[in-house]
Amino acid sequence: MNRLDVQGLKTYFFLDKGILKAVDGVSFTVGDQETIGIIGESGCGKSMTAQSLLRLVARPGEIVHGQAFLRRKDGSIVDILALDANSSELRSIRGNEISIVFQEPMTSFSPVHTIGFQISQMYKIHTDLNKAEIRERVLELLTRVGISNPQQRLDEYPYQLSGGMRQRAMIAMALSCKPQVVIADEPTTALDVTIQAQILELMKDLQHEADMSTVYITHNMAVIAENVDRVYVMYLGRVVESTTTQQLFSNPLHPYTQKLLRSIPRPGQRVDRLEIIAGSVPNAIDPPVQCGFFSRCPAAMVGKCDRTVPELVEIEAGHFVRCFLYSEETEPEDEWTNI
Amino acid sequence: MEKVDQLDRQADKQGWGNAQAPTADRSRSAMNDRSAQLNQRYRRNKARRQILAEQLYGASQYQLMRVKFKKHRVAMLSLYLLGIFYFVAIFAEFMVPYTTTQRFEEAIYASPTQIHLFDAEGKLTTPFFYSSKSKIDTATFRYEPVIDDAATVNRIQFFAQGEPYKVLGIIPLNRRLYAVEGEQPLFLLGADQLGRDLLSRIIYASRVSLFVGFGGVIISFFLGILLGGISGFAGGVVDVVIQRLIELLMSIPQIPLWLALSAAIPTEWTGIQTYFAITLVLSLVGWTGLARVVRGKILSLREEDYVTAARISSASNMAIIFRHLLPGITSYLVVHVTISIPYMILGETTLSFLGLGIRAPDVSWGTLLQQAQDVVVITNYPWLLLPAVFVVAAVILFNFIGDGLRDAADPYAR
Repeated sequence: MNRLDVQGLKTYFFLDKGILKAVDGVSFTVGDQETIGIIGESGCGKSMTAQSLLRLVARPGEIVHGQAFLRRKDGSIVDILALDANSSELRSIRGNEISIVFQEPMTSFSPVHTIGFQISQMYKIHTDLNKAEIRERVLELLTRVGISNPQQRLDEYPYQLSGGMRQRAMIAMALSCKPQVVIADEPTTALDVTIQAQILELMKDLQHEADMSTVYITHNMAVIAENVDRVYVMYLGRVVESTTTQQLFSNPLHPYTQKLLRSIPRPGQRVDRLEIIAGSVPNAIDPPVQCGFFSRCPAAMVGKCDRTVPELVEIEAGHFVRCFLYSEETEPEDEWTNI
Repeated sequence: MEKVDQLDRQADKQGWGNAQAPTADRSRSAMNDRSAQLNQRYRRNKARRQILAEQLYGASQYQLMRVKFKKHRVAMLSLYLLGIFYFVAIFAEFMVPYTTTQRFEEAIYASPTQIHLFDAEGKLTTPFFYSSKSKIDTATFRYEPVIDDAATVNRIQFFAQGEPYKVLGIIPLNRRLYAVEGEQPLFLLGADQLGRDLLSRIIYASRVSLFVGFGGVIISFFLGILLGGISGFAGGVVDVVIQRLIELLMSIPQIPLWLALSAAIPTEWTGIQTYFAITLVLSLVGWTGLARVVRGKILSLREEDYVTAARISSASNMAIIFRHLLPGITSYLVVHVTISIPYMILGETTLSFLGLGIRAPDVSWGTLLQQAQDVVVITNYPWLLLPAVFVVAAVILFNFIGDGLRDAADPYAR
């Protein structure tokens, strides 16, 4: 049974220059104690997906389409995207049922409050505990995420902690109310490799302990390979491939995924030039109705790939691809297609 | 384009049960409505957006600011209103029928004239009013307008001919916006104790009040940026010296300073010359506020990476200050200038009110308010407080424009 079921999420930004289709029809599911990964380049809409889910999109952005069914802790099912933006129900979901770990812990923490204060805010909002109990829980939490000397750290400001510790504190904050789903938006991009490994290890342990599901948003294939059960590959606001990690690495179908995997340098192999994906991501403002990868695809079929958008189709069991190389089905048009 | 059965199939697979289906339908239709609404709105604005896009393509920074400013409706309205204020001030001779010194001895403390649009039979006619004289009511010792028995009708003429005058001192003209045939005075805002039309005096006074602050603002602006910038950028001894100087100047109490200055100015100078002298000295003392703000901002911006990058590219100090640091403080400067001008207006009003600035017979809003110092006068003849309304209006309009300009100059604003 699925904890989180996002269907057809579309988040558009209405700018003076045109419409920026940041998320253009993304669907994914998160099951119990499952780790899924969303991988893609900068600007493909991964972070916007997470923020849309938590209704953190501000003007000029609007969620124009989609439903996100969440199975809450008490078993009831609610469509997050249909909730009123200021409702208390939405506030009881944020942090309590779904929480998010941001990429840059320095800018995500308030610089003028201690981290103890900020983590205890989560308890103050979602629970009825008194001050002493909250302090106890926060100390427990800080110990659990591996911050040494938590009594001292509790009263310190974010700038007094190193990058790795800040990210741990951020994870502590995200996990404080034992949410069902934790969205980790590039949690280790700003950290060095050893700390990265520790943080990922920590998140894996906590996931087992606390019965959480995790959504990893990243552009690092190594993180995907190590930690993730199922992967969604995004490009220009759409999911272009979705399957289990095993299958993604052993049998990538979409040309973009194939090029991504080939561009990872292999240790032990010296080459003159590394493999790249030629070209750059096209402008997402008022994109033409075509496959987003057309401009850089080696297998592009002129006349087909630049006229219509392929639909995400199941090619083999559990393996979905959006490409005309494998199916003829096109994405149905709606009122936003030729605007 | 919804696949209803897809949802039902999924619901069955995941065992949500059909209890969820109606809620899902409802939320989906609500989302569809919203989507349709946004879509229609977007299509409707297409033409306007295309024009805007063409305007913005290759637009300079100044043009971008202009476009953004125009979106700020309150600021645009304030700009137009203030423009009207200044226009009326410049063309005062055309706008109002009387000069500042024209007296009507039989209309002392006259209340605002009642204008009638319907004549005695009830027909719509050109605006007119009845002649009246001011008489003292023996019970309340108040001047009351008394309409004489003859009930002489005086018609108001628009673009009427009258005494010749010169627009801007050059172009001779003898028509005015409105005037009365005959000798009866028309007091749209009432009259003061010498029977002078208050509206005319306010309009002529706006010339002084609206224009006289500019010189002082410009001087304090340049001094403030220069000394504040040097202080913030150079740091060290220079910074310390300038900051102590600023503190010294700031600790001089203002009103005694003004009193001393007004005593020091030669009496043979005209009122306007006196006022220019005072604002000059005030700005030589008043640059300190801006200097402090500029210094603070430059101190923080100095540590930014882009300044280091500029230094590495061998930019001279002057280039760094003017090309890299100053644009970052533009929003503060804009706010400061648009606040100092109303501050100058208020300062002039205060000085003249106290008798230290413009003196009779020159008029400014402050001198007009001098008559409003007497409680008896205010209770009996409240229209004499109207110059204050104009002061408030001018200050508010400047502040709104400053708001709009600051928002337009801010690169991070939405």
